[in-house]
Amino acid sequence: MGGKTLYDKLWDSHLVEQRADGSSLIYIDRQLIHEVTSPQAFEGLRLSGRRPWRVDANLAVPDHNVPTRHDERIGGIGGIVDPVSRLQVQTLNDNCKDFGIVEYDINDQRQGIVHVVGPEQGATLPGMTVVCGDSHTSTHGALGALAHGIGTSEVEHVLATQCLVQQKMKNMLVRVDGKLKPGVTAKDAVLAIIGEIGTAGGTGYAIEFGGEVIRDLSMEGRMTVCNMAIEAGARAGMIACDEKTIEYVKGRTYAPKGEMWHHAVAAWRDLHSDADAYFDGVVALQGEDIKPQVTWGTSPEMVLPVDGVLPDPAASDNATERESIERALAYMGLQPGMPITDIKLDKVFIGSCTNSRIEDLRAAAKVVAGKRVADSIRLAMVVPGSGEVKEQAEGEGLDKVFTDAGLEWREPGCSMCLAMNSDKLGNGEHCASTSNRNFEGRQGFGGRTHLVSPAMAAAAAVTGHFVDVREW
Amino acid sequence: MKKFNTHKGRTAPMDRANVDTDLIIPKQFLKSIKRSGFGPNLFDELRYHDQGEPGQDHSRRPVNADFPLNQARYQDASILLTRENFGCGSSREHAPWALDDHGFRVIIAPSFADIFYNNCFKNGLLPIVLEHALVEELFQEMYDNHGHELTVDLERQVIESPHGREIAFEIDAFRKHCLFHGLDDIGLTLESADSIRDFESRWEEQSPWLFGALK
Repeated sequence: MGGKTLYDKLWDSHLVEQRADGSSLIYIDRQLIHEVTSPQAFEGLRLSGRRPWRVDANLAVPDHNVPTRHDERIGGIGGIVDPVSRLQVQTLNDNCKDFGIVEYDINDQRQGIVHVVGPEQGATLPGMTVVCGDSHTSTHGALGALAHGIGTSEVEHVLATQCLVQQKMKNMLVRVDGKLKPGVTAKDAVLAIIGEIGTAGGTGYAIEFGGEVIRDLSMEGRMTVCNMAIEAGARAGMIACDEKTIEYVKGRTYAPKGEMWHHAVAAWRDLHSDADAYFDGVVALQGEDIKPQVTWGTSPEMVLPVDGVLPDPAASDNATERESIERALAYMGLQPGMPITDIKLDKVFIGSCTNSRIEDLRAAAKVVAGKRVADSIRLAMVVPGSGEVKEQAEGEGLDKVFTDAGLEWREPGCSMCLAMNSDKLGNGEHCASTSNRNFEGRQGFGGRTHLVSPAMAAAAAVTGHFVDVREW
Repeated sequence: MKKFNTHKGRTAPMDRANVDTDLIIPKQFLKSIKRSGFGPNLFDELRYHDQGEPGQDHSRRPVNADFPLNQARYQDASILLTRENFGCGSSREHAPWALDDHGFRVIIAPSFADIFYNNCFKNGLLPIVLEHALVEELFQEMYDNHGHELTVDLERQVIESPHGREIAFEIDAFRKHCLFHGLDDIGLTLESADSIRDFESRWEEQSPWLFGALK
């Protein structure tokens, strides 16, 4: 029998029951909860008279609906202007009180995007199984954890039973060898991966990211990569635990302390795939080949290097692909053969669970320092991933760099990544966005999203169109 | 949960690949704290010409007459035919809720996104994966025949077309069992409560750092 993959190890260590019909009962160590996908789960518990199985396995934080403008934010829940959003945030608050679940509420210093908060607080740890009613839960796999998104019925299932009924996924290794060139980031690497394997390429798989490029990434860069595993179709993305992981976790609020720390670290040292582990699929990219990436269409796989030109649907001999390209170009208001650098932008969004951590903000600040946002840009905003990130950035003076350059500095939340609050694109507006999805209408009705790295977004804010940040 | 045994219904097309959950139900409708009422906003950005908001009077909205679900021949359809990677994107269960609320019971595609596929079964919806060529044939059959209907027999795992042709489909045994009997997943898992408790105490002994209280 061959060795085990990281996914195999995480699966085996959490297997409660293997059933004859092929399904398995898997134990869940941590559930993260936010306001959008939990109200119906709590209601379900109430209707069936059930209580949470292990209340302290859950951590809640409102993020999707919270306002990011300071004047609206200071009023707390009561200050949220949109009554429907206010009710949803209030409902999370009420449910957490009723069931005794710890919540970082709207103006708690620790509040932020759930996938920024979890690792930041040490609430998600190596070797854990982590779930949340949000597809970007794959982010936490960067710590060497098995983490994936679930639907609301499963949120209720985990609350009630601390388990999930699962079918084991297949194993895929995505290896990025070599080195990234200066100006090329984790975001570019993961966009290049999605461009390579496609938006459904990882369906049915748990993806482990490996190779020298991945090992060289900071923990925050690794989170960016795992965050977007779902955009390649894989519910779970993960990276082996190494010294960098352990160093990152050390000293965080909920990280083990004292004697227990040493026991934990000893266990975490096994959180990697064995040398002879079997993968059902292997994809390899070369780091040196990756250029800064920009999405041009309405799916994350519609991505090109910044020096690329838009595809011509007529050149495709596959009818479905041809129609997809035609539809995407029409929605985006772009023409075949157009260079990426000719795309004119209206807004810039720096934030989201993909790119709102301190290193992302530093990278963006470095690009705009001493410069001004182009006159043609109607709004350029920076939304830190959490209250902790915001405080740290302000301590480093990054807020000042952004506001001096004409970017708005906001309160933490999901914001314009999915536009559930008032931060959204107008009909037809093009946005350079550090978020994760460029679907039709994602950032606002008729909005046109281009996914890029923080440095690329910052450079676009200054010039009003895409430029190659390697030449900045 | 609703039981699913045999379902006969009219087919309707969603003739594009990579239909994401933002397209199935746009985010402004996710602010609801209820589980029902999403049907009128299914595919909102395609069904209407205006921008949808919660609480609108849908009868006053400008309807996109080109969108199939707005056309008489596809009214009351309960079987959706679509293309690759249906339901990709977010984990929102509001997507299957909206499809269910609109009246769909079956979705047929060459492939589905994992989370969406799983969410369907929690809501009495049957997603069926068929080979690309078979899906293409069903599309043609539907386009060629007004009022085209299919019968889906879960127990026998076959789709019956009007001409008596049978197409077999795969489904894993556990999901089939739960859907067929309309079982409550949680109740079923709680039958294993002793195993969960045993596992939990072993796991806590082995990894006590995973059991620290949050504050």
